[in-house]
Amino acid sequence: MDAHMSYDDQKKLVVKGLKLLGAITLIEVLIALTAKGYLIPGVHFHGALMYVYMAAMVGFSLYKAYFIVYNFMHMAHEVQGLRWSVLMPTLLLVWAVIAFFQEGSSWGKRRQQIQQKNTEKVEKAPANGSLDYDGETVKYLI
Amino acid sequence: MASEAAVLEHAHDTDGQAWSGGKAPFKASYGKLMMWYFLLSDAFTFAGFLISYGALRFSSVTWPVPDFVFNKIPFFHGDKALPLIFVTFMTFVLIASSVTMVRAVQEGRRENKKGVILWMFLTIIGGATFLGCQAWEWTTLIKEEGVSVTINPFSMHTEGGQYLSGQELESAGFTKVEKDMHGTKATYYLGKGVADLPENRYFEKVTHSGKSMVGQSFKAGGPYLITINHGTHLYENSAYKTTDNKIVKETFGPTAFGALFFFITGFHGFHVFSGVCFLTIVMINVASGVYARRHNHYEMVEKIGLYWHFVDLVWVFVFLVFYLL
Repeated sequence: MDAHMSYDDQKKLVVKGLKLLGAITLIEVLIALTAKGYLIPGVHFHGALMYVYMAAMVGFSLYKAYFIVYNFMHMAHEVQGLRWSVLMPTLLLVWAVIAFFQEGSSWGKRRQQIQQKNTEKVEKAPANGSLDYDGETVKYLI
Repeated sequence: MASEAAVLEHAHDTDGQAWSGGKAPFKASYGKLMMWYFLLSDAFTFAGFLISYGALRFSSVTWPVPDFVFNKIPFFHGDKALPLIFVTFMTFVLIASSVTMVRAVQEGRRENKKGVILWMFLTIIGGATFLGCQAWEWTTLIKEEGVSVTINPFSMHTEGGQYLSGQELESAGFTKVEKDMHGTKATYYLGKGVADLPENRYFEKVTHSGKSMVGQSFKAGGPYLITINHGTHLYENSAYKTTDNKIVKETFGPTAFGALFFFITGFHGFHVFSGVCFLTIVMINVASGVYARRHNHYEMVEKIGLYWHFVDLVWVFVFLVFYLL
């Protein structure tokens, strides 16, 4: 970076970084507190708005990460080959996140199903009766 | 013969340009490049931990509510909730220390020894402050709230209800028991015909400061904490009545929470700690003039700087998954 910038510009970048990262963090926390209903009485995010909130939080965090890597760690001024050799493998994590979160929610569904089945009360069927099976009345013998 | 041929072949190769060594295609020194690859591998380690946190959280019906778990600040006791204030302060401290690190690297580029020492010193102070904050946070969770890697008293209600008083429990057929526990007298209620075992004990809901919460109602999705009042190992599972008039008691939250929290923030804290150690060593070397003699614009400061920024970067994501979402 140093070849690209004067000393004063470098110092300005540092102040900018401090302000930017601090401001984003503050905004994140303020939005979080609003979403959870602490700041404005009666306001509490639900449903679709909660997903928007989560996406916004992830977006802010990714921007902070980008800023740190590109400006503080000087990735912006590295050779393209170095940049790619570090950042491309990181992109593999995107799939890891999708796959494992999908798997996690699948475990969750199984868990709920087991809980539901465990508490389910089944009445004993009367002997030699009939039951409704796919819209048809079926006779059975016990 | 064979070895001679190999040598000749090798000699032929060194006549080539790109593969003969001595060139730096990435225009970065070996040390700096390897620091980048170490950080890449470390990113994968942290990603593995955070992804397992996400997967387990998605698999659980309930999960502790972050703004309820992390709502304490030092020197302020009482039941008033101050959600996320302290961790925001911790985040600011880490950002500030990252910024001072950038300044140290810049001064190193200008071969300004005094500047490097000053800014590195401020970075070390920032890192140590962060560690101190984390120690306080851990102490509060472990000592006051009783979270451990195997016990998680924080959770979220899956149904609405109202906390019951002792009289209400007695009139519902429960028997009152008074017993000496860990030096104090505990009062709890037992269901009909059940043995006096911890899992059968129903308590009245109280806060940490001993204030009764009997009569308070809550909605599904509301957070709760099973308070500890008679020694660290006796948990008082409070009785409540659900909206469809069943009497049940609060259950512990997903066990994984404590293990994940302590392991992930601990692993990050260990990075901060080793970062502080390395920064101190490098700062001492700067002061003794080791790097000035190398005439490479304090490259060692730049390398430790990369590591330090990475620690800040990881915190961005730890902050996201543990505190914001």
